[in-house]
Amino acid sequence: METTKVIVGLGSCGIAAGGNKVYNKIKEMKELENIDFILDKTSCVGMCFREPLVEIIDETGAYLYGDIDEKKAIEIIDQHVQKLTPVKEYIVHSDLYETRDDNFFKGQVKIALRDCGFINPENLDEYEARNGYVALKNIAEKGISQEDIIQNVLDSGLRGRGGGGFPTGLKWRFALNSEADEKYVICNADEGDPGAFMDRSLLEGDPHAVIEGMIIAAFAIGATGGVIYCRAEYPLAIDRLNIALEQARKAGYLGSDILGITGFNLDIYVKEGAGAFVCGEETALMASVEGKRGMPNKRPPFPAEAGLWGKPTNINNVETFANIPWIIVNGPDAYAAYGTEKSKGTKVFALTGKIKNGGLVEVPMGITIREVIFNLGGGIQDDKRFKAVQLGGPSGGCIPEHLIDTPIDYDSVNATGAIMGSGGMVVMDETTCMVDMARFFLDFTQKESCGKCTFCRIGTKRMLEILTRICNAEGEEGDIEKLEELAYHIKDASLCGLGQTAPNPVLTTIRYFRDEYEAHIRDKKCPAKSCKKLLTYEVIPEMCTGCTVCAKNCPVDTIRGARKELHFIEQDKCTHCGVCFSKCKFDAIRVY
Amino acid sequence: MRIQRIDNQPEIISEQQENPDLSGLKPLIEKYRNKKGNLIPLLQGTQEMLGYIPEEAFKMISEGTGINLSDMYGVATFYSQFRLHPVGKNIIKVCHGTACHVQNASVITDALEETLKVCDGETTEDGLFTLESVACLGCCSLAPVMMIGDETYGKLTSKSAVKVIREIRIQEKKEQAESSIKKD
Repeated sequence: METTKVIVGLGSCGIAAGGNKVYNKIKEMKELENIDFILDKTSCVGMCFREPLVEIIDETGAYLYGDIDEKKAIEIIDQHVQKLTPVKEYIVHSDLYETRDDNFFKGQVKIALRDCGFINPENLDEYEARNGYVALKNIAEKGISQEDIIQNVLDSGLRGRGGGGFPTGLKWRFALNSEADEKYVICNADEGDPGAFMDRSLLEGDPHAVIEGMIIAAFAIGATGGVIYCRAEYPLAIDRLNIALEQARKAGYLGSDILGITGFNLDIYVKEGAGAFVCGEETALMASVEGKRGMPNKRPPFPAEAGLWGKPTNINNVETFANIPWIIVNGPDAYAAYGTEKSKGTKVFALTGKIKNGGLVEVPMGITIREVIFNLGGGIQDDKRFKAVQLGGPSGGCIPEHLIDTPIDYDSVNATGAIMGSGGMVVMDETTCMVDMARFFLDFTQKESCGKCTFCRIGTKRMLEILTRICNAEGEEGDIEKLEELAYHIKDASLCGLGQTAPNPVLTTIRYFRDEYEAHIRDKKCPAKSCKKLLTYEVIPEMCTGCTVCAKNCPVDTIRGARKELHFIEQDKCTHCGVCFSKCKFDAIRVY
Repeated sequence: MRIQRIDNQPEIISEQQENPDLSGLKPLIEKYRNKKGNLIPLLQGTQEMLGYIPEEAFKMISEGTGINLSDMYGVATFYSQFRLHPVGKNIIKVCHGTACHVQNASVITDALEETLKVCDGETTEDGLFTLESVACLGCCSLAPVMMIGDETYGKLTSKSAVKVIREIRIQEKKEQAESSIKKD
């Protein structure tokens, strides 16, 4: 009889949800009661909405338990491991049963995330057991040439997953064709988009896949050095990367004459970012690696000609690299079988916001936004009405309800005014104010602008001022036109992607939700009831019992009325804080 | 840029700042001397040691490596990670990424500001906490989120966030009491 395995999901999300407590509890039980099973850990399974997750694999199959706390952990170890009776009510996914969360997995195709949640990311053997480093070994043993690898990548149709969408194979060919004594390959793991965590999950869950992808890229272009530029805000990802790199060195995947390929020498190190969103841009990233202020430079020369330290450099995103070993092992046609004509393969999305099943999903290109949100994501929280989905973070845009059947591929998404981006998908419902959303993104890009280009530096500031005014009930006629004019100038006159795309959230919200802007400016009303300064609070006479709770809690003492008598709010002094509304037990305060 | 750090420095912290212990810097400088691209790791190492980068450290690194003070200051003020002033023992990073914003992260900051009696970016009088807003911690599905030290707290409400602070305070007091008993 094979020993039962108990695996606890310990990615950042899992740990934040209490995964470590569950792990320790199970460990304690195992030791105290001397129960025979293997306890292991894995990283992100993708079902963030059910964290902490515990998987039990016994001889009958695999059972994934969700929402586990210490108490439930004791119960499932006791019932399932000891008494061999699975606790059905906590199971969220299993091949043996139908469960309420099955839809989350239907329609997913896991290529980049193939090992996430299946292996212990700190164990090289487990990665190798799932075809790990087979691609690299194939290259060494079969003597696959640099040109053949690049042709494979080109044929797969893989395009840059960081958001640019440039064909990866083409980028590699440019770098291969640049002659130099030294070349570099860089992994861009500076995932700065607020609302995106695909790269973090990948690095935490399957660091070797990214490293193997980088080694293959290095071989293909003839690189001599490698750098992973990772956000310092991801301490767990950095730890696991360093562990994986050390294992790869010991196993001979990094070093000199790698796997017997004469003259193929490579080492990779992790470079911690220091907190600057603009460093996600290639040239700014390289300036940062060189120890300078992370400001973008003019292209050409492109990094493939003169990049890091002036040498030819190839930069790809984490997800792009993670796809590479799979493509080499399974062939380009297998990858190109997924997706649409111009956007091949799969894409990982971080599904968040007002959605029921928030988490990490990998879907084939061409799937519609509706399918992702309503089938996989389970729809909107509290069954509210879907309003828009934000794709591409601060560089992207909001896609409204009437375009929800847009297929997810580079061209269709671009046509809506949003961009594919790195994969952040933030869902908004009727209570989200689109003007406030635009203000939020502008606030972000304005702070993150490096200051090099005048239009980006000052233009975003002016746009933010206008948007803040609109949200504070001080909007004026002509504000929308001013915003549009500034937006086009900023797009035209900025050097890098940050400035060129910063106005997108404003432009798309004006395009699809102009009526909301107008309501803010003309009627001084926020239809989503989100902008506090635009709300009016009023006592509903029929409902008020005169309990005085609202008057006692009002921070500016603007509610009048004696005990057991009708209260009223003096509008001129009201600061619209909403305390009366949240404190009233009789629903006697109306907001409009 | 980014995080606005207001210069309010409680007395306890000012005292520390006068005499930062720079002895650990020497091996750090040795490690990175003459390596290209060393400036950011040097600053990161210094901050990890001291919690911030004091003026004396700038001078010492400059003398040890030959990097211009102006270059160092330029880099240190460009990246949001670097602090030029001391901070509280526990840094509370409240996430204001898109997902957290949509899930009302401002309520968490408001509640913490009220409890700690500081504004965003400030340090409490006892030097225990510094409150900060950050762009994204990457735990979007647990929004709203905050991070204290290496610990992340998810699915917060204003009540649960305040409770976390209260628990840390109690823990700190216990430790203080224990260490003072040991001294006696």
